[in-house]
Amino acid sequence: MTAVTTAPHAAGPRRRPGARVIPTIILLLGALYTLFPVFWVVMASTKTSGELFSTFGLVPGTGFFDNLVALSVFEDGKYWKWALNSLIYAGGGALLSTLVSAMAGFALARYRFRGRGVLFTVLFAGVLLPGITLAIPQYFLISALGIANTHWAVLLPSIINPFGIYLATIYAQGSVPEETLEAARIDGASEWRNFRAIAFPMMLPGLVTVFMLQFIGIWNNFLLPFIMLSDETKFPLTTGLYLLLNRGTGTPVLYTYAIMGALLSIIPLVTLMLLLQRYWKLELLSGSLKG
Amino acid sequence: MSPAVAAAPVRRRRDSTRPRLAPWLFLSPAIVLFVLFLVIPMGYAIYLSFVALRVEGGAFGTRQQVFVGLENYVDALTDPELLASLGRLATFGVIAVPLTLGGALLFALLLDLPRVRFARFSRTAIFVPYAVPGVIATLLWGFMYLPTTSPINFLLTSVGLPPIDFLGPQGIYGSLANIAIWAGLGFNMIILYTALRSIPVEMYEAARLDGAGEWQIAWRIKIPLVAPALLLTLIFSLLGTLQAYSEPTTLKSLSNSISHSFFPLMKVYRDAFGLDNVSSAAAMSVVLALGTLVVSLVLLRILQRRTFEEAK
Repeated sequence: MTAVTTAPHAAGPRRRPGARVIPTIILLLGALYTLFPVFWVVMASTKTSGELFSTFGLVPGTGFFDNLVALSVFEDGKYWKWALNSLIYAGGGALLSTLVSAMAGFALARYRFRGRGVLFTVLFAGVLLPGITLAIPQYFLISALGIANTHWAVLLPSIINPFGIYLATIYAQGSVPEETLEAARIDGASEWRNFRAIAFPMMLPGLVTVFMLQFIGIWNNFLLPFIMLSDETKFPLTTGLYLLLNRGTGTPVLYTYAIMGALLSIIPLVTLMLLLQRYWKLELLSGSLKG
Repeated sequence: MSPAVAAAPVRRRRDSTRPRLAPWLFLSPAIVLFVLFLVIPMGYAIYLSFVALRVEGGAFGTRQQVFVGLENYVDALTDPELLASLGRLATFGVIAVPLTLGGALLFALLLDLPRVRFARFSRTAIFVPYAVPGVIATLLWGFMYLPTTSPINFLLTSVGLPPIDFLGPQGIYGSLANIAIWAGLGFNMIILYTALRSIPVEMYEAARLDGAGEWQIAWRIKIPLVAPALLLTLIFSLLGTLQAYSEPTTLKSLSNSISHSFFPLMKVYRDAFGLDNVSSAAAMSVVLALGTLVVSLVLLRILQRRTFEEAK
């Protein structure tokens, strides 16, 4: 809340005093709305399961550390396994996905070859295809490959991201000059070297966005692991917390686990997002359809 | 996987600066994965949608896949359960989409105004839910709705007002829409805000000097100029709405108002895995995918025509 005073005091009141009070209030109400459930979960995480159902939601309780310990030892530390799995799926998947998208985007943006137009259209149709309708046939394919209920079942389908390829193409078109590549070619650089040493560094700011979007996409995904996995120790956080909530109907103490688990799972991603915020190039999204 | 191989044939043809093999090698991982996880599943779904399991050969016959033509499609499109789930989805979408986009546009326009206080804080706070998975967003709001834990109803009843039935058969639509709005507001706001920031100030500086109010500038200049971005957010929102799955499934744990076939995708899942009726699930998947594709293509058509005219 420190870096907010960008509007200079002197310039403000000179033209129309107090004119920006209402916009400021509306924006703060918006912030209040989005932060309200987050504030509630922080308070709820401090409550024992008795306090959760008997005390007012917005005051703290007395059980924070007990809840933390109880969640950590729940069924041999299952929660932390879920957290690790989420990290593997989202981190590994997004990294591979970004690499695949970068190479494909570079090729589509900087080479002219037969079939390029068709390929681009087909990939673009993939963007519009609701991924979720593919999940069930994907399950049959994964089963046929014999890798259902393994980490690969979630990881492999997460690597292909048509939207990421699309963004990488747009970004490569704008950031990698053709002349630089030509010059390097004349100097005898291989095409792979052209990509790795010239294009990749130039595309990096855009690729951070592709990585972040895909990381959050996989981290937030529910249906894919829900369909692919039956072994609870391979679950990511989303399906794991769903399991807790679903079982909680019979055993209310699981609600406190779910609440603590929800809080812990939000912290790293929100922190990451806030830290990387300045490296995001979301104008890439709004500008992406103008080409 | 190593496109370095591309160098060899390319370098041999010294006269050419247009390598032929290299782009395909760069594209090969993407193409292989695209075929494996998009084209084949889609093809398989289409195949499944035209067959059905039938018992052949009298009493001792075996179950066999037979071609049934459009039967699965006719069944799907006349299935009252699917039509009802589409109706529920439409009710949810009619509340959630306009409010999400309207709110996002409002916040983006306010952020774009000069001399607004706490703008950075508000922008960041409104964007935070984007990093919260749908399951967890539902979990948080679910406890806001649950009669035994709801702080909202606690306040209402403590001042003598009746509690709100968030999880009842009527309230459930607003409650689900609220989760979608909460989750979608920030992302759409940022897209629209970056689009607003890319408008050159000269475009409305003159209007401002002529004494036009900010409201007029927003309505006459800014909104028309961000129309392409607005259409983009509309496409994203519609795609998101059609795929609504994790929120209702999670909220189902807390509410009896959500059935196994509440939204279309929940019905698809239940038919495929709960009822073992894969053909019906496949036909519905294909219908939903085609419907989404048609809607998005129509919107994109409008978008491209607009930007094309602007370019002229």
